Amino acid sequence: MQLTRAGFLVLLWLFVVAALRIVRSDLYAASGLKVGIPGFRRDKSGKARGKAPRQLVVTHGALAGTRISLDGRPIMIGRADDSTLVMDDDYASTRHARISLRGTDWYVEDLGSTNGTYLDRAKVTAPMRVPLGVPIRIGKTVIELRS
Amino acid sequence: MAQPVPVGAGPATATGQGNNSNPAMQPVAPTRRGTELWMLAFAAALVTGALTLVSVNQKQELTIQVLWYGLAFFAVFTIAHLAVRKLAPYADPLILPCVALLHGVGLVMIYRIDLAKTEQAIAKAREYSASAPKQVMWTGISLVLFLAVLWVVKNHRVLAKYGYTAGLVGLVALAMPALLPSSISEVNGAKVWLKLGVFNIQPGEFAKILLMVFFASFLVSKRDLFMVAGRRFLGLELPRARDLGPILVAWGVAIAVLVFEKDLGTSLLIFGIVLAMLYVATERAAWVVIGLTLFIGGALLAFSMFTHVQQRVANWLTPMDKVVYARDGGSYQIAQGLFGLGSGGMAGTGLGAGRPDIVPEAKTDFITAAIGEELGFIGLAAILLVYMLLAMRGLRSAVAVRDSFGKLLGGGLSFAIVMQVFVVVGGVTALIPMTGITAPFLSYGGSSLLANYILIALLLRISDAARRPQTGSRPRPVQQAPLGEASTVMVERPT
Repeated sequence: MQLTRAGFLVLLWLFVVAALRIVRSDLYAASGLKVGIPGFRRDKSGKARGKAPRQLVVTHGALAGTRISLDGRPIMIGRADDSTLVMDDDYASTRHARISLRGTDWYVEDLGSTNGTYLDRAKVTAPMRVPLGVPIRIGKTVIELRS
Repeated sequence: MAQPVPVGAGPATATGQGNNSNPAMQPVAPTRRGTELWMLAFAAALVTGALTLVSVNQKQELTIQVLWYGLAFFAVFTIAHLAVRKLAPYADPLILPCVALLHGVGLVMIYRIDLAKTEQAIAKAREYSASAPKQVMWTGISLVLFLAVLWVVKNHRVLAKYGYTAGLVGLVALAMPALLPSSISEVNGAKVWLKLGVFNIQPGEFAKILLMVFFASFLVSKRDLFMVAGRRFLGLELPRARDLGPILVAWGVAIAVLVFEKDLGTSLLIFGIVLAMLYVATERAAWVVIGLTLFIGGALLAFSMFTHVQQRVANWLTPMDKVVYARDGGSYQIAQGLFGLGSGGMAGTGLGAGRPDIVPEAKTDFITAAIGEELGFIGLAAILLVYMLLAMRGLRSAVAVRDSFGKLLGGGLSFAIVMQVFVVVGGVTALIPMTGITAPFLSYGGSSLLANYILIALLLRISDAARRPQTGSRPRPVQQAPLGEASTVMVERPT
């Protein structure tokens, strides 16, 4: 009797612990990040790897805090529903800008938006290379690439 | 910091195929549906164990029947799992198992209270209609509704287009019981019902979700208005007076629900959700301060105007007072709940070995008291953690989703779960006045179950959108560098 009582409580807590383990393993899976879990770091391929942009972070605007992992596919930005980053900004166009990988560098290009795309202070007219940490401004939203 | 370099000057290389060499590449995002199935099996095993313990402790003859019930429970959630696998393959793997566990524990508890009540009824030679079979029926209906919502709402952004419709329907549903005659809408003093012969439903439960959809779409389109700064006061940027409209309307609706339907719980819930969503949308503490001020004003107003509110407060402050305890609508219920929690203590009396049936309404509002009695603090803490996990996964999906409407709706839905749990558990444990609200998934009650399953379906939909790997929109022709500028690439000879 006492044993079954304690046993059930132990099982109940095991469920919670199992759930928490899933949360832990999932912590970085959703954002596509593989690094950052202490004890799981395996950086064998040298230092050059650390410099490559791994994610796009929204630093200002309505979507601030959103992170998108860079997996080689182009990132579409605009008001269109099928954009990678969907904006509800009055200053953004339906298909506003694209950030895409060429070789090892990421380039931003404006897709003929009404209000323009700015890399740091320069207006993006031709595709421009995006260094790490340089802000890209689209309407009221600011994004940047981080490693 | 490096200056941005136009393409021509930079080391332009070939596009397209080069993408695959990106070190951060993670081609296939895990759907984690297998994990979900395992956790569901775990939850089903726990529920079967609970049912076995109840049967043993209640001196029921233990038959193979218990195993069949457990398997049936698992089968029901396997259907839900298969639907999620098909309709929302990237949804969060923890949301459904958490719901299954809470729902299962609730069903076992309702069955357990049924046993005790039937015994009492036999002793007094009275009839007692069991609640567990009805709850099982409601489970079936909610599952169908859950599947329907997942199937119909293929993309949560579609809901934003029906924002104003949802708001109107929600308000009508909320107001309906107040406008209808009491014979159709009143049960135990609260005018929140719609009696349709066999079915009794509380439209307010559904109105809650509709109003959240409305508020999310409204805030997305009008967000900038709420960000406009008015004057500064005590270090807070107060909004302009004309922008206070929506929160005043929400306050008015909450007060109206309180006055005309005598329903403290829904009133508190609606106002809390609006406040939380407004804060999430604007990130401005001023709104919380304004909201809390309005809330305190409303609470004082209600306290001075209504005797039933005064009674609730007295029950909360002095539940053991002799006069308060004995009078009609007094603290008898809360005191019994507290006694139950007390006799449960740290580890509880064991499932089926306590007396949770002494507490009035142990199946609905006071089910957490029954769980606290039989599973103790340790068990109740685990249940509360499961709620927390559920809400946490919801909020995480809201953070990760890539559109503002999804963020706001996900945040609102998750907050609604937490708010309900806080209001009901706070009431039972005498932290706040008892307001009469159901514990999501645990309590007996069809409307609450149906509404919460719709809520979970929407949350799964949002988490599916959040975790789905981003496809680079429609396939566009890859722009190749002109032949003259293309760099030469060394290719290894195939061996």
